[in-house]
Amino acid sequence: MNTITDQKHIMLRVEKKVIENQTHATLFFAQELSFKPGQFIMVWIPGVDEKPYTISFHSKERFSITIEAKGIFSKHAIALGKGDLVGIRGPFGNGFDVKPDEQVAVVAGGCGMAPLAPLVEKLNENTTLIHGARTKDHILYPDRFNIQKLFCTDDGSLGKKGFVTQVLEQQIASGKHFDRVYTCGPEIMMYHVFKICETNNISCQVSLERYMRCGFGVCGACVCGSRVVCKDGPVFGSTALREMKDFNTKALLKSGKEVDLSQYFSWRCK
Amino acid sequence: MTIQFLGKSLKNPMVLASGVLGNSHDILERVHKKGCGLVTMKSIGPEPRDGHKNPTVIDLGCGMINAVGLPTPGYLNMENEWNDLEKRDFPLIASVYGGSVREYQMVAEFVSSKKPDFIEINISCPNSEKHGMIFGVNPQSSHDVVSAVKNVIKVPLIAKLSPQALDIGEIAMACEDAGADAICAINTVGPGMVIDIESQMPVLAFKKGGLSGPMIKPVAVRCVFDIYKAVKIPIIGLGGITNGKDAIEIIMAGASLVGIGSAVKYGGINVFQKVTDQMDIWLRDHDLSYEDIIGAAHRKG
Repeated sequence: MNTITDQKHIMLRVEKKVIENQTHATLFFAQELSFKPGQFIMVWIPGVDEKPYTISFHSKERFSITIEAKGIFSKHAIALGKGDLVGIRGPFGNGFDVKPDEQVAVVAGGCGMAPLAPLVEKLNENTTLIHGARTKDHILYPDRFNIQKLFCTDDGSLGKKGFVTQVLEQQIASGKHFDRVYTCGPEIMMYHVFKICETNNISCQVSLERYMRCGFGVCGACVCGSRVVCKDGPVFGSTALREMKDFNTKALLKSGKEVDLSQYFSWRCK
Repeated sequence: MTIQFLGKSLKNPMVLASGVLGNSHDILERVHKKGCGLVTMKSIGPEPRDGHKNPTVIDLGCGMINAVGLPTPGYLNMENEWNDLEKRDFPLIASVYGGSVREYQMVAEFVSSKKPDFIEINISCPNSEKHGMIFGVNPQSSHDVVSAVKNVIKVPLIAKLSPQALDIGEIAMACEDAGADAICAINTVGPGMVIDIESQMPVLAFKKGGLSGPMIKPVAVRCVFDIYKAVKIPIIGLGGITNGKDAIEIIMAGASLVGIGSAVKYGGINVFQKVTDQMDIWLRDHDLSYEDIIGAAHRKG
């Protein structure tokens, strides 16, 4: 069997597809992968494009990526099925810093649950998972983890009607102690999670997203302040975040033009 | 080791190649702080341009192939970056490109007003049909671009050349004659192509792309050797440099400064300091100075 290195891509066939809900699907590949939670791979659909995806499930025999149908590429990706061919490069990036003995919270917004899922499976059973989504149907992997799970939805169809940040604040206010918070989701959500952590003296790790090309820290497409998201990140801790002035403010378009984050995300979702 | 280059003082002879990490003031500053004497911005063009679809950059183990495709916000859409760069405390090369002599001139004149320390004109990029290399493979068109740009800028001009020229020495001579203050060589080699045999398709979305990294070093060394023979202006030598001995080799071919691009993949941002340190050790061990070895291969051969 081919082994994946971070050099040349290898071609893999989709082993199976699991439909999560009307906008999300998970593609499994029967391939061994040396991997740390939070790392990502570059996924090439021949003739379409190549994009970064974090690993959403990992075992010795297989791994998966979870796709949210949003833009041109992801709509192609979600239409793939068993036997379809894709190119994979990676894994790239630093991944989460896993401290198995800590008391931690994992805060996920929408598809941000994907990179956090293999992390949750490495953490201890005292971990608190706070997962928010648009509706009950958009909650990813609702039955996968055997830990305390606190859900919230925009429409109140599952758990609290509201935001993950409110749930996190309530947990802290009710006396729950966290050594660390891991988070992934919309950048504005992660920013507020980080602020809550700062106020409460909790160390925080966020997984950022920027438009990427090479995946290995050379082309500079994904710079965020002085950091290269693909290689220095995508996971950044509190120390880096405190001085990262582009966090929740600015990003580069494909042309390299620096824009406000709202403009960046409206372009990314096309 | 402090180096004098076209009237500027550099902390070492290392140069960040254009197109690598040059996307913002903050990352350029970090590369400089981590040990790079002179940093180059990504090439700036006349109009906003997205570049090609991915895959654009693939590592091949012995180097890379890329067809990023000259993405640029366009020279008029970079005010934030220029404001940041105006306050910089490190020496900077701004790289420019165009689709016509007039465009090169227009972009370079504007960029000159933003006071980079040097302007590099990219007449050597293989990844666009209309820009770059088409100007740099012919002595007359190279001369036309360089003299047109030289007339409108107030900082030293560096011409970045392509190894695809039939006689790169002749191109360098044309650039020198037109007023270039230095030559930078080489841009990527090729274009080449990589085909995925499972999907039976070229891997790069642009199909072909420029080669860089260790596999092209002998081409770079030969080009710098030919250019050194042809001109008196200084040369920034680059192409596959990954360690101190590579740097010494290209300096012996005739380079005054040494560029690094692809090796950032292998050595990270610290690669510039690492290569400088390795060069220093080699020079000390051989009781030689940096000046002693520039073009040494011409004198010994």
